[in-house]
Amino acid sequence: MDPELKREIIMEHYQNPINRKIINDESYEKVNTANDSCIDNIDMYILIKDKIIKDICFDGEACAISISSTSIMIKNLIGKSVSEAINYINNFINMVNEKTYDKDILNEAYVYEDIYKQSSRKTCATLPYRGILKVLENYE
Amino acid sequence: MNREDFPMLKDDIIYFDNGATSLKPKCVIDKMVDYYENYSANTHRGDYDISFKVDMEYEETRDLVKDFINARYKEEIIFTSGTTQSLNYVANGFFENILEPNDEILITTSEHASNVLPWFRCENKIGSKVNYIDLDSNYHVTIENVKRAITPNTKIIALAQITNVIGDLRPIKEICKLAHENNIFVVVDAAQSAPHIKIDVQDLDCDFLAFSAHKMFGPTGIGVLYGKKELLESLEPINLGGGMNESFDNPKSIFLKDLPLRLEAGTPNISGVIAFGETIKYINKIGIDIITKRENYLREYLIEKLVKIPFIDIINIESDSSIVTFNIDDIFAQDVAYYLNKYKICVRAGNHCAKILKNVTKVNNTVRISLSFYNTEKEIDILVDLLKNKDKIIKEMF
Repeated sequence: MDPELKREIIMEHYQNPINRKIINDESYEKVNTANDSCIDNIDMYILIKDKIIKDICFDGEACAISISSTSIMIKNLIGKSVSEAINYINNFINMVNEKTYDKDILNEAYVYEDIYKQSSRKTCATLPYRGILKVLENYE
Repeated sequence: MNREDFPMLKDDIIYFDNGATSLKPKCVIDKMVDYYENYSANTHRGDYDISFKVDMEYEETRDLVKDFINARYKEEIIFTSGTTQSLNYVANGFFENILEPNDEILITTSEHASNVLPWFRCENKIGSKVNYIDLDSNYHVTIENVKRAITPNTKIIALAQITNVIGDLRPIKEICKLAHENNIFVVVDAAQSAPHIKIDVQDLDCDFLAFSAHKMFGPTGIGVLYGKKELLESLEPINLGGGMNESFDNPKSIFLKDLPLRLEAGTPNISGVIAFGETIKYINKIGIDIITKRENYLREYLIEKLVKIPFIDIINIESDSSIVTFNIDDIFAQDVAYYLNKYKICVRAGNHCAKILKNVTKVNNTVRISLSFYNTEKEIDILVDLLKNKDKIIKEMF
């Protein structure tokens, strides 16, 4: 993918992230995810019905990579079944960790294909994925 | 100045995170290696030459620290793993034994976690209440605000001499005088002040004072707890074991050594202590007053340039120390730090362990520049040039 296009996608999701709002609805599950090595810290709110992800929202303070990665993840996970979502997440984490992965299912999340080159940014890109996995694993 | 003394500076990094830890001069590194290579024996076993040498140098460091902070007695210098352990030692081993449920502990919202959490534990365990001295509009502590915060129940005032986010120098001497007139103990967190200014514990008249070697060009894992001798005498050893007991037969018959060894159980961080002695000699050779003067100059030089950049908000423009904290409008602190990292500039982004300060400043995260005497005007110029261009920051922040 063209580096300029990658940049634009990341900036767009950083400046106008999807579903950045606090949810006060008990049918949503709340999970906090934070990085030990830096200051990224977000809360995510997940609504799952019949093993389908109906909605995800988030709020918090984090860097451009974490915020954009969260937004892109949310866009791609809403509507997926729990098992499809876990597959998607593992695929993303494999990409970041330079393991075998399927580029075609990642959609825009592919913009982070080079993130492994900045090791300190890997935790930023995977921040929301590690958080939501904690919730999804209970639904398997 | 003295840049050639620091091996880390050979690789053209620009190191502006001295508040987190300082760089180490070659003489300190060499001293550690010398110990491990040439006389790596334990302390207090002076039956053979190399062990005797270890004892001599270990205790020489205690003398050097005593003189460095102008303590009255060498028994008032206890080696710990660092400021954190020193402050916990005081809270646990001394105050938890004398605090009553109605007592109050005064701190501020800009204290480092190490000077907050031990007192929170006192509140949770004993019921003593942690209260806050109000900060003024520059987030500084004034003697008037200390006066206002003191009540008949105040037992402890625990403050950083210089804070690690705002960098303000607190009027500790005046606070100690006021505190002692009201039978209040004063605990000083000197982690951020010991590397930068002359400390005289007799002049300050503080009851306890803590600092770390690694922030003052020394090794990690070694620090100091200073306490007035009569107070340390009743500080309960947290760790019991070798090196701190005289003899024991059964639980009712345990005899402990005198200060300071009573409070240093187990094999200490010998290489750390010995190299810390070398560190103090190094600082003394340069002169702590020269260091203070140089760092004040560099801070003013930096602030003068930063204030000219319209989209930079300096949180502590009235800083007294080498710490300058700021944000760039609409850019997350960590993204600024990542951007600077691309140019080999090391700065810290975050809340800097002062997690309740945000309630006062309304700013969660900041970029912190913490200078040391070996930084240069040229390094500051490079930093400022990189910060001047906001479009470039946004373009290169990931």
